[in-house]
Amino acid sequence: MADTIKGNDIEKWDINITSGRGYLDFQFGELWHYRDLLMMFVKKDIITVYKQTILGPIWFVVQPLLTSLMFLIIFSRIANISTGAVPAVLFYLIGTTLWGYFSDTLNVTSKTFTENATVFGKVYFPRIILPLSKVVSGLVKFLIQFSLFIVVWLYYIFIDKKVTPNWYVLLSPVWLAVVVLLSFSFGTIITSLTTKYRDLIFLVGFGVQLAMYMTPVIIPLSEVHGKKKLFFLLNPLTSLFEAFKYGFFGQGVFDIKWILYSIIFTLVTLVIGFVIFNKVEKRFIDTV
Amino acid sequence: MSKEVVIRAENISKLYRLGQVGTGTLSHDLKRWWALARGKEDPYLKIGAENDRTKNVQSDFAWALKDINFEINKGDTLGIIGKNGAGKSTLLKLLSRVTSPTTGQIKVKGRIASLLEVGTGFHPELTGRENIFLNGAILGMTRKEILRKFDEIVDFAGVQMYIDTPVKRYSSGMYVRLAFGVAAHLEPEILIVDEVLAVGDAEFQKKCLGKMSDVASHGRTIIFVSHNMQAVQSLCKSAIYLKAGHIVDQGDTDKVINNYLSREVKNCIAAEWSNEDEAPGNEYLSIMSARLNPKLQKDTDAIDVATEMDLTFEFILHKECNLNISLFLSTPAGLCIFNVSTLSLPLGTGRHSSTLTIPARLLNDDIYTITLYFVKDRGPVIFTIEDILTFEVVDEPRTGSWFGKWIGAVRPTLPFTLT
Repeated sequence: MADTIKGNDIEKWDINITSGRGYLDFQFGELWHYRDLLMMFVKKDIITVYKQTILGPIWFVVQPLLTSLMFLIIFSRIANISTGAVPAVLFYLIGTTLWGYFSDTLNVTSKTFTENATVFGKVYFPRIILPLSKVVSGLVKFLIQFSLFIVVWLYYIFIDKKVTPNWYVLLSPVWLAVVVLLSFSFGTIITSLTTKYRDLIFLVGFGVQLAMYMTPVIIPLSEVHGKKKLFFLLNPLTSLFEAFKYGFFGQGVFDIKWILYSIIFTLVTLVIGFVIFNKVEKRFIDTV
Repeated sequence: MSKEVVIRAENISKLYRLGQVGTGTLSHDLKRWWALARGKEDPYLKIGAENDRTKNVQSDFAWALKDINFEINKGDTLGIIGKNGAGKSTLLKLLSRVTSPTTGQIKVKGRIASLLEVGTGFHPELTGRENIFLNGAILGMTRKEILRKFDEIVDFAGVQMYIDTPVKRYSSGMYVRLAFGVAAHLEPEILIVDEVLAVGDAEFQKKCLGKMSDVASHGRTIIFVSHNMQAVQSLCKSAIYLKAGHIVDQGDTDKVINNYLSREVKNCIAAEWSNEDEAPGNEYLSIMSARLNPKLQKDTDAIDVATEMDLTFEFILHKECNLNISLFLSTPAGLCIFNVSTLSLPLGTGRHSSTLTIPARLLNDDIYTITLYFVKDRGPVIFTIEDILTFEVVDEPRTGSWFGKWIGAVRPTLPFTLT
């Protein structure tokens, strides 16, 4: 009798606040309840960027445009680094847009706990909502920037006639999804590791900058030879960037082996990210 | 209403690390990890010192809460009282899931919303409208709920005209009203409120507390943390008294508050010296005793603003002289509330005593210290003793709906008519 009462008792509680949480005890149902909050955060991110500006969201496209222009002058014209058969502007534009998304998302999600400590210290909501919202608001920005690329791309297809895309372009959303997940999982891992020891945060900004040179943003993979090529390929972003270019330009290295490597790499980091974040979020406020 | 338990706290404890995080924590972490890896107990769970900030403890860890157990029934209003550092905020943080306990568990039935601050997550660049939605969502409301309450919130805050203006242009009053408006329209089953909400002007406080009793009367559960005994007394049916991370007392509010007042109000209401060598003094005199005698019904009652009291001092005069005593009653902040003086009298050597009667309803609720000056021939001060007595006067139970701090250095009842 006593046991059955106890059994029912456990059933009835909605929330159980305990000292720790199991490694795989994810509260996905709760996440769904907070979906409106996710959308509010996304909206806030986007609106606040261009408050009190005249051009508003147009400023989003200035960034990749200027970066591409700078790359064009420095790497293509001065340093004479070849972009293969792809027009340099187009090559840099897609590279910087994609890279911009990855590095921005990684940078901002890797500061989730430290930068939002005041809000987290006052109210509870599933902490993962914040990095998720950054991923989504980054995507909105990315899509605006990407439409600029599409305009230039269409110009090169129909007017300049230097570029011929192929059907693999339809797979681009898949590659994009992998890039998104990769930046999110790196970000959550880093933010979880830096709640107690801030050391890593110094490496991140610096490391991300360096990593760009290990990704085909400036140099296409076809121009990299020998041992260096393997280093490039070990970077999970490389084959994804190349796959993008293969679809859009009909040029680039499309190696299903390495793409699978990138996808598996991403899924593994994603799981690690979720597990660590889930573990840390319960008590980080004491150490942050 | 049936007695349904909605919150049950079982043996919750919370260990905090003292000192700076980042120095030595890596080695602690490694030791802990090593102990746990071998299947042993966490070595740092055992050593925490009791949380008493006045002691200089050697341990690196302190228990902010230790073995806390309580239950809250549906529809209850529970007050949590205690001095600063007693663990109130920690308990609040655990209940609102901002952090988690080191050991033990809290089981909760229904949705919890906590108001540890108004306007959490308000963004200055966003308009009032946008912030209502953002803040509402952070506090756990869905978009639909906010839409339904939107007009009410704007009404409550009285910011109709400025609803599409960024809140950075709001006056601070408008800002707080809007923020509280959102919070007040939450409809959780359990509401956790920190006393910070109850600060601000009297009208605003009235609104806050009014809204809270409103919420309580709708069968929801409220947990209210405060220093303000009057607010707790009128709002809460039961209370928990925390001290140094332990529950000292829980149950009926009046009983718990009385217990709190009698234990926590630290008075130095009597000082006595048995011989002249130890007694404070000089070649002119030695002070033998000082005593405050409140006229209370029970010894355990606290001294409140309605208590009459006598201050009695005894001293031995070593040299014959014309003497008067000047007494300063001051707050710890150094504000002198009054200065009274005896007549100057020719006194012989030997034991003398002096008594001051402070009538009821003169002093406001505050802490007071007594300083004595002994003056010879109405001229030079021959002896001074500072802070010879210290005592606290608490507020009396109030009726009505306003429980804010009564303003003023003194609090007399004067003939004040209205026709």
